[in-house]
Amino acid sequence: MKRLAVILLPYSWLVALFLVPFVIVVKISLSDTELAIPPYTPTLDFSQGWEGLKSFFAALDFENFVFLSTDDLYWKAYLSSLKIALISTFAALLVAYPLAYGMARAPVEWRPTLMMLVILPFWSSFLIRVYSWKAILANEGLLNQFLLWIGVIDSPLTILNTPTAVYIGIVYTYLPFMVLPLYSALEKLDGSLLEAAEDLGCTRFQAFWLVTFPLSRNGIIAGCFLVFIPVMGEFVIPALLGGSQTLMIGKVLWEEFFSNRDWPVASAVAVILLALLVVPIVLFQRNEEKQREAEG
Amino acid sequence: MAQTKPMPHADVFEPWKDPKAEPLIRFRNVTKRFGDFTAIDDLTIDIYEREFFALLGPSGCGKTTIMRMLAGFETPTEGVIELGGRDIANVPPNLRPVNMMFQSYALFPHLSVYDNIAFGLKRSDMPKSEIAGRVEEMLRLTRLEKFAKRKPHMISGGQRQRVALARSLAKAPKLLLLDEPLGALDKKLREETQFELMDIQETTGTTFVIVTHDQEEAMTVASRVAVMDHGKIKQVDTPANIYEAPNSVYVADFIGDVNLIRGTAENLGGGSYRIDVGEDSRAIDVSECDAEIATGTPVTFAIRPEKILVTKEPPEDRANALEGTIIDIGYLGNLSTYHVELPGGQMVKAAMTNSSRISRRAFTWEDKVWLSFRASAGVVLTE
Ligand SMILES: Nc1ncnc2c1ncn2[C@@H]1O[C@H](COP(=O)(O)OP(=O)(O)OP(=O)(O)O)[C@@H](O)[C@H]1O
Ligand SMILES: [Mg+2]
Repeated sequence: MKRLAVILLPYSWLVALFLVPFVIVVKISLSDTELAIPPYTPTLDFSQGWEGLKSFFAALDFENFVFLSTDDLYWKAYLSSLKIALISTFAALLVAYPLAYGMARAPVEWRPTLMMLVILPFWSSFLIRVYSWKAILANEGLLNQFLLWIGVIDSPLTILNTPTAVYIGIVYTYLPFMVLPLYSALEKLDGSLLEAAEDLGCTRFQAFWLVTFPLSRNGIIAGCFLVFIPVMGEFVIPALLGGSQTLMIGKVLWEEFFSNRDWPVASAVAVILLALLVVPIVLFQRNEEKQREAEG
Repeated sequence: MAQTKPMPHADVFEPWKDPKAEPLIRFRNVTKRFGDFTAIDDLTIDIYEREFFALLGPSGCGKTTIMRMLAGFETPTEGVIELGGRDIANVPPNLRPVNMMFQSYALFPHLSVYDNIAFGLKRSDMPKSEIAGRVEEMLRLTRLEKFAKRKPHMISGGQRQRVALARSLAKAPKLLLLDEPLGALDKKLREETQFELMDIQETTGTTFVIVTHDQEEAMTVASRVAVMDHGKIKQVDTPANIYEAPNSVYVADFIGDVNLIRGTAENLGGGSYRIDVGEDSRAIDVSECDAEIATGTPVTFAIRPEKILVTKEPPEDRANALEGTIIDIGYLGNLSTYHVELPGGQMVKAAMTNSSRISRRAFTWEDKVWLSFRASAGVVLTE
């Protein structure tokens, strides 16, 4: 009985917060657009009884999915999102690794403070932080003014409204998600392992490459998934920093919903995005489980 | 019939007695401080090639610190460490011809037992084709053949210790530092490994510095033993001398069982002393004492339990005989120990071998007995 309750609780959570909304989205993706409230048909009407249910299911079709595959805007957006997510995940890893390494090597009494500094940005609104990047990256923004002032460049660089700005925004926003798992992996590393490696003939760099790096693998994998998965669906950053040049599926989705008010197509886009993300999510869970097994 | 002349000391290994011998390791006034804590205090020792040098001392006395300075993980705060006549202060750990077995083992958790052992070999200039053979040899030596493919977290504590040992032995370095290499092994395996180590040392000529908490182990394997206390070396000598001729109460007390009897020395000349141990007891006669001690100096007489004979009647041929009462008897299988109280309240421990199987309970509790020993059986210590 108690075991049942223990199992039931997380499952009802899952059903309420994930499965029910997902079923609704799938249902909308199979409907047709209409100028009404809500902006799609059919809607389920229980007063009609069995007949109503039958005609309801009869009205559902895969039209929207067929439409998505015919218009190359969509698959280009998916591919572009994938590319941006991959590149920015890699860039975040490159930036986060030295950061996390430095944190893990810092004197013990400093570490909580450093950790705090990494988490601190979460305490202010995400929108405000992305907006302030506009102020930094604009042609007459802080970055250009600074570069002009120290004389590295003669005319302002165009960064805002280019993919570069999107990468900067994404790496900046998602950095803590990469730093934290890396830090927790690197902090656990026993310093005597590096001494043993050096004792056995490794240079400092070889010791890093043969011991530190492989032992932080789980942190790397966790961090990459934690960045890659949300970035795939990201829309605020490309919308604010990428201008019209950057195509991302999240932005397309947003436009379908709110500009075109085409809820069924938007839902179809969302369903496909989710289907694409199931693969990395499952891989991520596998990695977490394996890690727990290895530690327990 | 041709007679071969006996050649005493021809193959006795005692380079520390040879003034011409060059030590392999030389600590010269080495001090190591962590903050304002002095872990090693003005240490000067020479360790010679092919030695099996044991460091003995209580926890926290600085044994691991000495090892870490030799391996290159700590630099001395003051003083010089020479290896083969060269100051090694600026040689990084990976370029020292030294391998260390860590007290915590420090096995690589992501590598199999095999790869752990091969790790150092792959970093050396050993040709690839020979590495596998060498690793197999090490696996055989440490009886780990069956576990070669396992990761360190899938083997037992004793097996892990053997992996650490095998890994440090694999490169056959000039100097091998073993920090409590055998502590987690059972007695039988420990003894076998001890002999294995001595064998390796004989065949490869490696110099060993070994830390151990097991005195018997130090006595079995070591060419010399250093007894340490609070970052200082109290005595460096052969196991026999450390045991039979300790230079201080600390060393006598640290190594093995000992009776310490306080008294006042009376110098009789020629290395003979009479030690007055108080009103209630007879004085103790001591001969063959190396130290010069002035009459009236407070001293401690140290004697090992097995040097004391327990008898019912006072023996006639022994220099010293003290009467006492048996308080406790301990049966240890091969020997029995008797705790005897002297009239002044001093407890003395005596050990007698159980030479016959069915013990003829010669003594029991509360018996009056005589403790006797020769004049040369104990040592007089001033420190
Ligand atoms: N990095 C360090 N910082 C501060 N103190 C240290 C450091 N390393 C060792 N010490 C201190 O130096 C002393 C000697 O330590 P060491 O590890 O050499 O002892 P040990 O003789 O090996 O003891 P054990 O038998 O318990 O292994 C200890 O009191 C220890 O607390
Ligand atoms: Mg130690």
